[in-house]
Amino acid sequence: MNRYTTQRLFGIAVRAAALLVVGVLLLVIGVTVVRGGGVLLADPSIVLTPPGSRYMLEGTGGFLHAVLGSLFIVGPATIVSMVAAVSTAVYLQSDYSSKRFSDAVNMFLNVLWGTPPIVYGVFVLTIIIATGAQTSLFFGIVAIAIFQYPIMTRYTDEALRAAPETVRESTYGLGATRFESMRMTVRAAAPGVIAGLVMGFARGIGDAATVLFTTGRSTRMPGGLFEAATTLPVLIFDQAMSFNPEVRSHAYAAAFVLTIAVLGLILLSKLLAGRYARYTPGGNR
Amino acid sequence: MTEIPLTTDQLSVTYTGDREIEAVKGVSIDFPANTLTTIIGPSGCGKSTLLKSLNRLHDIQENVEIDGDVLLSGDSVYNTNVPAPEIRRQIGYVPQTPTALPVSIYENVAYGLRIHGDYESKADLDEKVETYLRKVNLWDEVADRLDAPGAELSTGQIQRLCVARSLAVEPDVLLCDEVTSALDPVSAESVEKTLRKLKSEYTIILVTHSMAQARRLADEVVFLYLGEVIESNDVQSFFEDPQEERTKTFIGGTTPVDRDDTPAEQTATPPAPDGSKGSTAGDDKQ
Repeated sequence: MNRYTTQRLFGIAVRAAALLVVGVLLLVIGVTVVRGGGVLLADPSIVLTPPGSRYMLEGTGGFLHAVLGSLFIVGPATIVSMVAAVSTAVYLQSDYSSKRFSDAVNMFLNVLWGTPPIVYGVFVLTIIIATGAQTSLFFGIVAIAIFQYPIMTRYTDEALRAAPETVRESTYGLGATRFESMRMTVRAAAPGVIAGLVMGFARGIGDAATVLFTTGRSTRMPGGLFEAATTLPVLIFDQAMSFNPEVRSHAYAAAFVLTIAVLGLILLSKLLAGRYARYTPGGNR
Repeated sequence: MTEIPLTTDQLSVTYTGDREIEAVKGVSIDFPANTLTTIIGPSGCGKSTLLKSLNRLHDIQENVEIDGDVLLSGDSVYNTNVPAPEIRRQIGYVPQTPTALPVSIYENVAYGLRIHGDYESKADLDEKVETYLRKVNLWDEVADRLDAPGAELSTGQIQRLCVARSLAVEPDVLLCDEVTSALDPVSAESVEKTLRKLKSEYTIILVTHSMAQARRLADEVVFLYLGEVIESNDVQSFFEDPQEERTKTFIGGTTPVDRDDTPAEQTATPPAPDGSKGSTAGDDKQ
């Protein structure tokens, strides 16, 4: 085959691959928007209405309990996980830790990242059983935080690793302490750190397996930290399994809310990262 | 500004990573006050390693061993209870790659002043930022956009910003590591102009591999080869009447490698001391 024909074929193949990815994404979003949007447009109040007593059977009321459940679980989990992840990554990439140690920890983090979320769910369930506790919002937070931790740590670690070494050298050259120098390095890595945090949040809010056994799949409004709750992904699963067509249609509406939330978050992170990127060395890239 | 000379006393730097490499071998040099001393030599000869060992910058790397000492106005830099950051404040360092800190132009210069608490009021800080930006001939170019990100300046401007930032903490000695090597000729010229202006006020030690630059800027020249000082003299004598055969060969445009008995592997580049944490090669770029 002629060299230029090979080049042309390769060009077509990679374009087709890219088109496939974008196509699938658009299809998923399209179906969710059309079906979920239709349900929501007909009755937007279902997002803000608490469920009726027979919601899962008759579709009375809305799914505010799951929207709040998701926020109350993933919000605190993200904060806890963020503090732990940024601290770990900073430790691994700072002069407090040796390279050999940080490489070893990174290997463990990669394994944790690859662990299926249901394993975290079962792990937390074991704790619940061992302590004689009940499934609740609290254990949902614990499970999601454990799930998010390796994701956020790896993202932050990579961002810090990619921050120019000269930022470190420059600050040390001015008489900065290790802590002061590290603060500036984190600032230089801010776009990547933000991306990691948002990715952790997005993965956390979209995950059903971790909260399946740990929060209690409640059909009532969240009543407290140690009360049962539910999240949007678990609710979508339950709704989709319902024999009642109205409840099933709510699954699309809930999926629509979830998709919009994740898209909105990613957009927000892009905006934020863009603002910081102007300041990072070589920020005009 | 300073009358304090910097001296090295049998200073040796060894990389102790996978392979042990002695990059600087028992170097003893005096750096006279208020002069610009250039350290020249071929790539991989230990210039940057020597420079970084003068203000303990190797402390932040793994697998580096230092023997001998550096004396700042007679006081040991290594055998002292003074914290390393205080020493680095007295012996400033400008890296090879122009690097703006990820903050505004103003905050870049103010950074050192802020961490050391070297200002009394906001007005005082403003005044100091202006003073140092003027010292490096950058004020007129950035006065109307001090809040803009430092990273948005041109590379030449960023390098001058780096010099201003280093001067702001009022160091006794300023170490410059091939500060023009990443710049285009016009920007390099503006940085050289700045250094020429500053050298009567500061003790500047400039690493360069450009003999032309050494001729243009230096008062004193130190020729380093394979980690050893071959010759050190004032710029005129160094270039016009070199004493050592290897200096003559280097000035003549060839690396004196054939004339040396050192085994070939010692000419190799030292390994990056801390691998994946960014490659601050312990030495000059290859």
